[in-house]
Amino acid sequence: MSSSAVISRSSRRVRFPPRGYPSGVRWAVADPGRLLVYLLLTLAGVLSLFPLYWLFVTSLSSQQFIVKVPPDLVPREITLQNYQRLFGTTPVVRWLANTLLMAGSITVFHLLFDSMAGYAFAKRQFPGRNLLFWLVLSTLTVPAQVTLIPVFFLLKNLNLLDTYPGIILPGFADVFGVFLMKQYIQTLPSELESAGRVDGASDWQIYQHIILPLCTPALAVLAIFTFQRYWNGFILPLVVLHDSFKYPIQVGLATLQGEFNTDYGMLMTGASVAAIPMMLVFFSFQRYFVEGIRIGGVKG
Amino acid sequence: MARRHAWSYIFIAPTLAFFALFTVIPVVQAFVLSLQNATIVGGTFVGLDNFVTLARDPIFLKAVGNTILYTLIVVTAQISVALLIAGLLQPLPARGQMFYRALFYLPLVNSAILVAMVWRWIFNPNPFGLANAVLAVFGLNPHPWIGSSDEAMAAVILSTVLIIPGGGVVLYSAAIGGIPRELYEAAEVEGAGWYAKWRHITIPLLRPTTLYLVVVYTILAFQVFERVYIMTNGGGPNNATITIVQLVYSTAFQFGRYGLASAQAVVLFVMAVAVAVVQFRWLQTDVEY
Repeated sequence: MSSSAVISRSSRRVRFPPRGYPSGVRWAVADPGRLLVYLLLTLAGVLSLFPLYWLFVTSLSSQQFIVKVPPDLVPREITLQNYQRLFGTTPVVRWLANTLLMAGSITVFHLLFDSMAGYAFAKRQFPGRNLLFWLVLSTLTVPAQVTLIPVFFLLKNLNLLDTYPGIILPGFADVFGVFLMKQYIQTLPSELESAGRVDGASDWQIYQHIILPLCTPALAVLAIFTFQRYWNGFILPLVVLHDSFKYPIQVGLATLQGEFNTDYGMLMTGASVAAIPMMLVFFSFQRYFVEGIRIGGVKG
Repeated sequence: MARRHAWSYIFIAPTLAFFALFTVIPVVQAFVLSLQNATIVGGTFVGLDNFVTLARDPIFLKAVGNTILYTLIVVTAQISVALLIAGLLQPLPARGQMFYRALFYLPLVNSAILVAMVWRWIFNPNPFGLANAVLAVFGLNPHPWIGSSDEAMAAVILSTVLIIPGGGVVLYSAAIGGIPRELYEAAEVEGAGWYAKWRHITIPLLRPTTLYLVVVYTILAFQVFERVYIMTNGGGPNNATITIVQLVYSTAFQFGRYGLASAQAVVLFVMAVAVAVVQFRWLQTDVEY
């Protein structure tokens, strides 16, 4: 079984501007029009990042600076009070662990099984294939809230309300990953499979030794996207869980908002703490993120 | 032959099993539930009564109106901004493009809740809310924003529109990168300026991407919930910002009227599918390049 015909994705990167063209900063300032473009884009980017920046700044500011008018854009004093209060009075570490459990197990499930389903839909012929795939695709247009109530009742009948399986199992039904993997596997050359069959490989062996190793980029993207979606999961856990110790981080943070009186410092700190793991994941896998949008479409 | 098929079914079984259990069956049940007068203990069949109730309910109609308004404005803005920025990124060198794509995608990594919390903070009616502080810099009076039934919806819409749609930027950027240079060169030979090239080459060839983004963004906008829930405590003053999903949530989980809530959800589903069909009709094209 040879996989020497692997087409490396990175080798397809087109080089533009072509060689000989001045690069980077020189190119930008060569023309006032271009400089303006860069400035506008950077301004837009800064605007984009502002809420994130404000989140972190507020988390490091003491109460009096938070309510200051006009607010300081750069904090004069950095304090860890908010962090101390957050970790001291709320089960935030527990919430983070819960979220890791939930998002992690759902991601693992999809990594294991979505590539299998994607392979079958992409490369294998079987009765009902098209019908099933269109059924799967059409439910992507169904807002999650439509199924929220029946899923709630289903979980209730299975005695899964207020349990961890109750918030994890519905995540297994997400078919976005199947779509993603099907798109990707479709682009793999069919000769590889034929070569495998000629060599006498069984269906499972073809999947495991030929298809799967070639899916690494798509799997990385799937892992990141899935983990991100469920790290940020809110409405299902909100509805299914009562025990605040089982809350994932987003639901826990929402409970910090009081009816009349919100401790903004602690709230922003909680949000910052929740943001940090996702940002770490982003910076580690950035290359895969950007590539991933092109493969499977966008959910953002 | 049959053995081959067996493996195919084995491959799709795990995902489809959960899919059938937690998606297909619930969708069917939602439709059934909407025909009942159901509470937590059970329900009685009432036919289309729930839908009649909704048609007469001013709050539901307000929610539908808000959802449609929100969707129209937000999707138009997101597509336009994404297209514009991707177009601006087009002439940049590869490394610059990667940098900006990451810059615009990064804020999306964080959850809707986080973002909504910050925007709630920004549009706080107090003078120390950031939006009011910015206004003060320009010598304008503070606005009540989320505290006022007139402005709350505007605040919610603004909070979405002011965010650069990173996913759209990246997708458009990649799609633009795939358009062959020869087309632009041929146009230049004929004397086309940047606007003509943009309008007659770039935009038409981006149709498949536009279709995809329009459909996805519409579906996401129809489902707006976290933003409203966090910024305005679910509905705002005088239900100014109530949306369909917010109503589904409160009808079901605060008032316990599951049948009615399912009916609301079915209306949303029908709206979403109808709009998606129209969008496909309007934008579908076989573009190859």
